[in-house]
Order: sequence, then C-alpha cells, then structure tokens
Amino acid sequence: FVAYRGQTELLGPLRKIELYEMGWNLKDGLRECLVAAAPYGGPIALLKGHYRRSPSARPQLEIYSSSGLPLASFPWKSGVVKQLGWTVSDDLLCVQEDGTVLVYDLWGGFKRHFSMGNEVSQSQVLETKIFHSPYGTGVAILTGALRFTLATNIDDIKLRRLPEVPGLQEAPSCWAVLTQDRQSKVLVANGSQLFILDNTACTPVTPPGLSPQASSIVHMCVSFSYKYLALLTDSGHVWMGTSNLKEKLSEVDTKIKTPPKQMAWCRRPKSQQPSAVVMWDGLLIVVGECKETIQYHLDDDSVLVPELDGVRIISGTHHELLQEVPGACEEIFKIASMAPGALLLEAHKEYEKESQKADEYLREIKEQSLLSEAVRQCVEAAGHEHEPETQKTLLRAASFGKCFLSNFPPEQFVSMCRDLRVLNAVRDYTVGIPLTHTQFKQMTVQVLIDRLVYRKLYPLAIEVCRYLKTPEYQGVSRVLKHWACYKVQQKEESDEVIAKAVSVKLADAAGISYSEIATKAYESGRTELAIKLLEFEPRSGEQVPLLLKMKKSPLALSKAIESGDTDLVYTVVMYLKNELNRGDFFMMLRNQPVALSLYKQFCKHQEQDTLKDLFNQDDDHEELGNFYVKASYKDQRLEARVALLQSAVDEYYKAKNDFSAKTTEDEMRLLRFQRKLEEEKDEQLVGFSLQDTMTTLLSVGLHKHAEQLYKDFRVPDKRFWWLKLKALAEKEDWEELEKFGKTKKSPIGYLPFVEVCIKHHNKYEAKKYVSKVTPEQKVKAHLAVGDMEGAAEAAIERRNESEISTVLSRCSATTDHLLMERLNRAKATAVKK
Amino acid sequence: MAHTEWKDAPGLPDFSLLKRLARDQLIFLLEQQHEVDKLYKVELKPIVSSSDQLCFLIRPRIQTVKWISDLVNADKVAGRFRRYKIIFTPQKFYACETVLEEQGVYGDVTTDEWNFYILPLDDDILSLELPEFFRDNFLEGDQRWVTTAGSALRLLQSVYGSFSKVYGIGRCAKMVYESWRELMEDGEQRTRQPEFAKVFLVDRDVDFVTPLCSQVVYEGLVDDLFRIKCGSVEFGPDVTSSDKSIKVMLNSQDKVFSEIRNEHFSNVFGFLSQKAKNLQTAYDKRRGMDIQQMKAFVADELKGLKQEHRLLSLHIGASESMMKKKTKQDFQELLKTEHSLLEGFEIRECITYIEEHINRQVSMIDSLRLLCLLSITENGLLSKDYRSLKAQYLQSYGIEHLLTFANLRQLGLLEEQQAGETLTVMESKVGKLVNDKTVGKLTDAFSSLAKKSNFRALSKRLALVPKSGEEYDLRVPRDMAYVFSGAYIPLSCKLIEQVLERDGWTGMEEVTRMLNGQEFAVTARSKTDAQRIVLVMFLGGCTFSEISALRFLGKERGTYYVKQME
Repeated sequence: FVAYRGQTELLGPLRKIELYEMGWNLKDGLRECLVAAAPYGGPIALLKGHYRRSPSARPQLEIYSSSGLPLASFPWKSGVVKQLGWTVSDDLLCVQEDGTVLVYDLWGGFKRHFSMGNEVSQSQVLETKIFHSPYGTGVAILTGALRFTLATNIDDIKLRRLPEVPGLQEAPSCWAVLTQDRQSKVLVANGSQLFILDNTACTPVTPPGLSPQASSIVHMCVSFSYKYLALLTDSGHVWMGTSNLKEKLSEVDTKIKTPPKQMAWCRRPKSQQPSAVVMWDGLLIVVGECKETIQYHLDDDSVLVPELDGVRIISGTHHELLQEVPGACEEIFKIASMAPGALLLEAHKEYEKESQKADEYLREIKEQSLLSEAVRQCVEAAGHEHEPETQKTLLRAASFGKCFLSNFPPEQFVSMCRDLRVLNAVRDYTVGIPLTHTQFKQMTVQVLIDRLVYRKLYPLAIEVCRYLKTPEYQGVSRVLKHWACYKVQQKEESDEVIAKAVSVKLADAAGISYSEIATKAYESGRTELAIKLLEFEPRSGEQVPLLLKMKKSPLALSKAIESGDTDLVYTVVMYLKNELNRGDFFMMLRNQPVALSLYKQFCKHQEQDTLKDLFNQDDDHEELGNFYVKASYKDQRLEARVALLQSAVDEYYKAKNDFSAKTTEDEMRLLRFQRKLEEEKDEQLVGFSLQDTMTTLLSVGLHKHAEQLYKDFRVPDKRFWWLKLKALAEKEDWEELEKFGKTKKSPIGYLPFVEVCIKHHNKYEAKKYVSKVTPEQKVKAHLAVGDMEGAAEAAIERRNESEISTVLSRCSATTDHLLMERLNRAKATAVKK
Repeated sequence: MAHTEWKDAPGLPDFSLLKRLARDQLIFLLEQQHEVDKLYKVELKPIVSSSDQLCFLIRPRIQTVKWISDLVNADKVAGRFRRYKIIFTPQKFYACETVLEEQGVYGDVTTDEWNFYILPLDDDILSLELPEFFRDNFLEGDQRWVTTAGSALRLLQSVYGSFSKVYGIGRCAKMVYESWRELMEDGEQRTRQPEFAKVFLVDRDVDFVTPLCSQVVYEGLVDDLFRIKCGSVEFGPDVTSSDKSIKVMLNSQDKVFSEIRNEHFSNVFGFLSQKAKNLQTAYDKRRGMDIQQMKAFVADELKGLKQEHRLLSLHIGASESMMKKKTKQDFQELLKTEHSLLEGFEIRECITYIEEHINRQVSMIDSLRLLCLLSITENGLLSKDYRSLKAQYLQSYGIEHLLTFANLRQLGLLEEQQAGETLTVMESKVGKLVNDKTVGKLTDAFSSLAKKSNFRALSKRLALVPKSGEEYDLRVPRDMAYVFSGAYIPLSCKLIEQVLERDGWTGMEEVTRMLNGQEFAVTARSKTDAQRIVLVMFLGGCTFSEISALRFLGKERGTYYVKQME
C-alpha cells in the first residue's frame, strides 16, 4: 500500500497528481451519496442512502479525512437533507428540507442549529448552495416558491430575501452565488435569460458574445476567486468570461449536449489561460482557450472540489489533483528546455555523476548571467512538486547553484525548505491535508495550526510551531491551551490526574490563561477540576469571574483582594450583596477588612442606613457615635438634632469614650441654650460653636448670658478674657474694658490690653495698662504705645542686651539722639556683664 | 536649573510630550461627541443648556456620578430628552456604574474612559492631580489609585525609556511597584529604549512632619497663602493692586518666578528690588538711542521687558501681601513654636502657645497643624493635654470636629498616649544601658505595641535638626535645611539623599525599622550608572518646600530630580 502516491501525469498544459489512494472502503463508491468536501484539503462528508426514503433504513452520515480515514460516522436521525457543506473553520453544515441548518464539528459532534426563516420552512427548500466569502461562510437557498433567501455569514445571521425573478415559472435551469462589491449576489439562468439578483433589484444581463444557437444555459460555475464565470449551454458550448460579464475570454464547443454532473474552474492565480472542467458520467472534459478540449475517462463516480489553484477529483478509490502546470515546473521539466533552471538541474545531475559536463552547463547559465534566476526557478519549482524526491533533487540543484553566487539572499531557499517539510508532514496519509504550496501560503501558518488543533493533532501542531519558530504566544501556548481544554473534557479521567497532567504540560509555556481552561472544565460540569486549575492561574484577577460563576463567592472575594484591584473587589462585593441575604453578606465582609472598608465607603455615599447596620453588627459604638454626630449636622430641625446627639451620647458611653459623650452632652445643652436665647433675643445663634456664641453675645452686649455660658461650660479663664477683651475693643467700649480689667488679675496679662487698644488706634487707653504689664513685657508694651523713653527706661532697668537692641533699632537717629547714647552705654555695660 | 559643576549632566526629557499625548486623546474622545457647545463645571445644579447632548468629563467619584444621575432624572421628570455621555478619567470604576444602575439611569448614559494619568506642571514636576489619593488610601484604606499610579509609571516608561533602579518605602509604594511590575509583565515590550531614570517611591505617611511645618520658601508661601492649583495661582486684588483677580501660571517659563521660587523668603525682597533696578536700567537704555537702535529695541527687547515688568510687579505685590501677613508677631511666634517642637525643647511653652492659639481662634487649620506636629514629634499627647486641648478646640470651632479628631487619630496624626506609651520612656532609659543590638530588638517589640512616629530618634539618627545656636546664612544655603530657615531638613528628602548615596538601604536598617519597614530596592537588568535623573514619586502629595529641597539636592549632586505627586 503506497501511502502517498504523488504520481504525476502531464496532460498538455495541465497535470494530474495522484494525492491518495482512498483509505475508506465504500461498497458502492460515491454513487447515491450526498458528498461535500471542504476546500484547502479539508475533510469529506458523505451522506449514504439518503435517496431511499424509507423510515426503516436511516441514512448514514460519515466524515473522512482527505485521505479517506474515518473521523466520524453516525446514523442520520433528523429531517431530509438537501445539501451538505463545510464552513471556513471546518464545521459541517447540513441543510434540511425545512430550511433548518444543523452544524456539526469535524468529529460528528452536534454544535448548534439555526433556521433560514419562516418563508423557507413554509415553502421548503428546493436547492441550496453553500459559499465562502471574506465575511465567512454563507448559505443561499432557492425555495419552493422560487424565491432566493441568503445569509452571508452563518456566525452572524442576517437573512436576506432577494427580489423575485420575472417570468420564473419553474426551477431555474441553473444558478450560482457571486461575491461582488462586498455583496453577495445570485446569478440565475432561466432558459437563455440571465439575471443578477442583489438586495434590491433583479437585473437582466447578457454575457458578451454568447453563441446565439443556445436556447438555454444548463450549467454555470464561478471561479474560486469569484472573478470568472463559465456557462454551459444546451448546445454544448462553454462560455468563459469575467464574472462581471463585461469580458469574454473564450468559447469552446464540447460537442456534448447532455447536461453535465458538475463543472468547475481549474485555474491558477495570475494564470493567463482560462480553463474549466466539465464532468459527465465517466467523462471529464477540460476546456481552455483553444478549440481543442482535453478529455479523459473516469472509471468511477467522482466529485470535483474546486481549489485556489486547481481542482481535486475524488472518486470511490482515488483522490487526484488536476492543475495547470506551474510556470517554474514547466520551464524546468519541459522536454529539451533551455531555461536556466533546467540547465542548473542538468548541471547538478552531471556533478553528481562527477562529470565535467556540470561545468559546461554552469558556464552556459553564467554566461547569460542567469544563475540567480536559475536558483530561484529551482526553489520555486520544488515548492510546486508533491513528490519529496523531486523536491529534494530541485532543492539540491538550487543549493548547488547557490555555491557559485556571492551575496544571494538565502531567505527564499530556507523558508521553502521549512515550508516543504511542514507540507510533507501534513500531506501524510495519516494526517490527510493535501495542501499545495500556493494554498498553504494563502491559508497562513496560523490557520494550518488551527486546523491541526481542530483535528486533535496536538503533537504535530506543536512540532510545526516549534519548527517554524512561531512566537510562543501564538504558537505552542495556543496549541497547549486547546489541548488542555480538550483534556479537561475527558470524563473518564479523575480530576487529580487531569489537573496534574495539565499543569505538567503547560508549566513553562508563556501566556497560558488557566482561567480559560478552567472555564471549559466548568462548562463540561467539572467544578472541582475548574477550581484546581484556577489555582495555577498566576493573575488572581483572572480567577474571579469564573469563581463567581461557579458560586464560589468567598474564594472569589479573597482572590479579588489578593489581586489588589479595588474595582474587582467592588465587583465581587456588589455581586455578593445581591446574592446573599444581609446577615451572611455582613458576616462575609467582616472577615475581609479590605472589602469591608470599600463597602463602607460606598455606603457613605449611597446607603447611610446600611452603614449604621454595619457598625451595629461590629458593636463599633465609637463609629456609631460619630455617625450620629454627622447625621445631626445634616438635620435642620433642632429636636431631631438633639435626638440624634442623644443617640450619639449613648453610643459614646457604650464605647467608654466619656470625653466624647460629655462633649456631646454639652453640645446638646448649648443647642437648647441657643434656641432659648434666639427666641428671647431674636439673635441668630443656633449651630454656632461655644466661642462664636459667646462672641456674638458679647458683641450685642448680652454680657450676662455670656458670663453664664462661661460658667456653665467651664470655659477657661484665659479664653474668656481674650474673648471679652476683643469684643469690648471691637465696640470701643473703653469704659467697660477698664472695669473688666479691674475685676481681677488678668490671666492673660495686660500686654494684650495694650495691644488691643493700639490695634483700635486708642493710644490713650493703651497707656492706662502699660504700668500693669509684667516686667518681662514692659519693653514691648512701651514700644507698642510708642513711648521710647519708657521703653528705654524699662530695658535699661532690666539690663537686658537684646531688649536694649530692640529699642535701639526702633530709635531714629534724628529725634532720639540722647536716648540712643544712653542705651548704647547701658548696652555696653550689659555686654560686659 | 542651571548648574555649572556637572557639565555632563543629562538633559531632562521633554515632558510636554505627555501633554500633547493627553490632549490628542481627549480631542479624539470629544470629537466622537461632535461639536462641543460649551464647557461647564460639574456641580449639583440644573443645567441650563438647550443642547440635546451632554458630555461629562469627570473623576470616578461616587458623589459626582450621583449628581449626574440626579440631573438625568430631573430631565426625565421634566420630559426632556437628551443624550448623556460620561467620560471617566483616568479610569472607570465599577462602583460608579453601580450607582448609575441604582439610580435607574444606567440605560440613559453611555460611558467612556480617558486614560489620562500625568499632567506635567513644569519642566521637572509631574502630577497625577488626584487630591483624593491621600484620603482614600491612607484614611479610608481604599487602594483604588494604586493601579493608577502603576499605570502612570508604565506610561512614563513606555514614552521615555525604562528605569534603571527602583527604590521605595511604605506600604502603598510597595503596592504601586507591584502593580506596575505586573503591568509591565503583561504588556509586550517591543521597543528597547535607553534607560531614563531611577525611581524613588515614597508614601506620604512615612514623613508627616514636613508637610506640617509652615513653609518659608517663596513658592511654598505662595501655596500656603494663595493655593497653587494645577500649576497656576489666582492673585487677589490686594496683590494686583487693582480690583481684579489675575490667574498666573507658575512655572519655569516665568523668568522672575523661576529665580525666586526656591529662595528663602527673607532673600526674596532683596532680589526683587535688584531685579527692579535692572529692569529700570534696561528701560533707560532707550535714552540716547537713535532711530535705528530704537527700532531694534522695540522689536527685540521691549516685549520681553514689558512681560518681565508685569511679572515683577505681580510678584512684588505677592511678597508684599506675604510680608503683611507673615512678618507679624504671630507668624514669628508660630515659627518659633514649630522649631521648638522639632528640636524637642520647651514643650510646655509650646503647649501653652497652642492653647492660646486655639483660644484666640487665630486659624482653624494652623491650630490643628500645630496639634498634629506636637503629637508626632512627641509620640502622642499626654492624656491630660490631649483632652484639654481637644475640648478647647471643640469650644472654638464646634463639636463637628469630633469627627476631625477621629480621622486624625486614625491616620496617626494626632494621638493620645496610651498607658503602654510610657514604655517609650523606659525604652530610652534601657537604651542607655545596653548595646545597640538589644535596643534594636527592644524597639521592634515596642513598635509592635503601637504605631509610633519615632520622630525624635529618627531626627537624631539622620541629623535632621542642625545644632541650634549656629548661625545659618540663608543666602548661601549649605544643606536642605534652608527650606525651613535652617531649622530642619525634611525627613523625606533626607531619606532620598541617603538611599541614593548608598545605592540602597544598607546601613539604614535602624531607620527603616523606625519607619515601620516596607522598604525595597530593585535593580533592573542592565547596569548603567550614567543615569542621573531621579524620579521621586510622593504617594499622597508633597509640599513645595520638599520640591525646593530636592532641587537644591539636584544642584549639589548634578542630578535632575523629577518630582511626581498625587
């Protein structure tokens, strides 16, 4: 058994490569099967026996790899399937008669279903086409009412019902979906008439130069890129042109008038020649630019799978690729080719044989200075070859040629070697993804890795990532994450085993999100495993949402606090608040001071009463007291304020804070006093501090009442004296001031008296108090009233050097000449001492 | 900052880049809102605008969000239909969304975030402009701004290059560092820019003493008297000697200000008068000029002179009004008391002075400031003093200050000595008898009993208070103490100086123990000593005196200090 055949047949400008001998064992081949094969070497789905509509024999749905290895198989139990198709991400779509579309994964697992709308389910599905566009995979349906319904992207379904086709009495002879101008359109043929349907209109069109003998278009196909269109008429002509119907490329007569089974484009990107493949039972015709067609026979029922750069032909036993011969290959392998690549290959062959001819060939190339072109050709051709031996030969030749070139950039050669190694690995029979190099480049490594992961080929995927040096974050780590997500769904293994296996494998991979894996575990009903996995998550913030989802709120709360992210803590706290009853909620907060203080902050603004409850629960009487005090200031009514203060007093006593309690009681007394006075004297007082109250009273002359406060509230003497002094001076009531000064010995001394009088520009009154000032302050007092002599006298008497200096500095040389002399003398003596 | 000593000192990076960055982001956000009709300050009052779209740019504060909710609800009641958008800066908080939800307006408003972190106030000052940082973090125990600070550091790093070394002290500093490190690990570091600076993170509660002292450097005084907000100040009519107030930007663009901002106040007047004379001479030049010269003079110099003239008269006005307020007896005595407290002598007299200060209702804030300074330098007040001073304060300013005192106690700013505190006395006695090591252990044991400021011991160890009696020439400052008239070197700045000198905390074990530990020093991968830019980040705000002290330090060491504050 040859796993990878790779035999190449050259058919004029085309070549046919045998990809696989199919590994499946189908009794009746593909006859009576509904077949769908995904592009880019994707999987193949078969629905067997669906034409027999007997309830006893259910059809069987089977999924195979491109090499025919079974992936899934199960009896079809749902409704009648009209069409199978694959999405861009390798999911299988089964369109039922009633317009329901069922989505299965590669392994036959049911994923979801969606409907194509009421209109479709009422009038039933007549025909369906599944198509791909830059927007994803789409489904187009022709209903029994001869109307088209279309969804451009099945992952974001927006159903569009296209306008009616005029004169359509029965099912159109053929139709196709086009993507033009970022819009999906339907091209319909009704007999010889052709229409384009878009969202708003149905426009009749005529393909330029379509031969007039045709009375009906029986088949049509659009190229992989949607750029080209081929039409087959009942007269057996194939018209080929651009899909915008502006240009005709060629028209060829097949001379066969029966309707074909399938038709597909077979064209390389950037190729100049149009070529389409038409398939009848047992016959395949390739039509191109020239009038001649290439025909060959098919032994078996086959299916055509259009690809980016060719057509795959799948039969019951074989899998082949039909494509235009790539330029580089043609140049090199054409018989008697003198292209530089061909010469280089020849040179290398001679070199292997140790023949001097090698030199001749090389010289020939070098003379035309085409050596770098030759190397490039060989490398490119190697990329297009499927047979590893041929690849090697070409690459060796390229490498040989490279030796004779200085500064030839190595990148192309190196990356081709890498790509080929990867391609050969995925083309392997066991993997079964027969990608061409062109397809691989179009698809990108990322997508290839995704596909491998999807097929659960984790080790290969990791190998590919490592080999291609894909950044770990997008490569190995991603594969490992998928592996872990798959692993946690394996029900037969115990939590411990899985958790261990996952942690060992993922240990040193960068950028792994354990929370994602844990979410998967939780979704498959394994909460315990999820918690275990979350333990590995280094960012505690990431753990929180899942923990909440799993109702592990205490753990979520502590993790949120650990993360140091206040916002996350808030999130959990608010969640808990709604989830738990109040008592439990408070209890939980109590054990988490950080969360508690945050919640308190929130309550301060939003829920005052809750705040009180919180303090109550903690028996925090001090805070409760503060709370009531604060509340009392927000209330305008006196009674309410006093009541609140009383509550505060009670709390302060409970907190054994006698000081605060007493002060608060005083405040209550003060409030009552203020209220009483306000009523009696009509003076705005309520809410003033004790000091302000007294100031106000004194300023309006209510000395008695001020006096009463002074006694009742044990106001310190000093304070009262200062107050009264200021108040009297303010009113310039000098008589009262003098009386007051004489009531008893001033606790603040008499200097303030002097100063206060001076402040109000009453030197006369000020002088009255100078004599009473203590000796230490005498100088200052004299200076304050501007009595230089007195100041000098006092300073000299006290023999204080610094005081003498102060006085000196205030003397002016012109007026106080004598005084200064005296002072200077005194200073001298004071210094001597 | 010009310095001739170090020719090879690195230039400061261009921080205006940050400004541009922030502006572009904001414009981008606002342009989504189409045309902006008018700008309002968010307050709780009805909005009189006929516009049917309102956009709010706010800090994520619950109170503000509530106001907005009320506005929306009021509109609803009035049957007005408007569209509302709230842009939170620097980030959206879940709690704010909860408020919107609870007020029933969640569906009516759309929200957005503007990740604006740092405002460059000057060539060497960056600010997060988060006045609530201190209260939230140190009083309420809400660490929501930690990540903001971390993000700000990351922003700086991504724009200007990585940091070669990170030092820090304090719990919050540690958390900020952690948060920033996590952010750095999460994000991919693609650009490998050269290293940009060393970073020093310091919690405000490491040094409460410095902000409690009256400022005497010009810029500090301007702040104390007129309040500098976002790098600008509003001078009232008494300064401008007209009937209008003038808003002035205070930064190094202001040629006059930049020369006096760091000067001790006693030097400022002399400088200003000299400047005035120079200006006069410059003006006088035009006498005897011919037409050609005059033309050149008008074209080149006159505008500059006019500008300088304007600024000079403003600053002279400001210093005059300072003189009026600050050279009075009161202020001198206030300073004297502060100095005594810092030095720790004549405490009784100080208490008497504070008492009088309270009784005479000199200033509500100053009284509290003195009380706190007393408490911190003395490791709490004696029970008797505490009660009597508190009672007097309440008598002066009302009982609502019970709450103020409760908050101050929680912060450790104003405390009553507990019975256990008498141990301190014992501790110091024991300290004289046994060797240093044992003292260390004892101190540990004692510190665990109560959180103490240990200011006295710290001051001794770090020589924060110069020996009294020595003359200090304020014109030629010899150390950072000049910012407090030579009486005290700011603890925070001293720590920074010491740590940078030692390149770490080694040899300062005792100091850090007294500061309750939590210090760290982390070296980045590569080692380049060429970096002499130091980024100091004060978590919870810093004073202009500290900035001046650090500028002085920078001049001495040929280092640039970039300050960042909350």
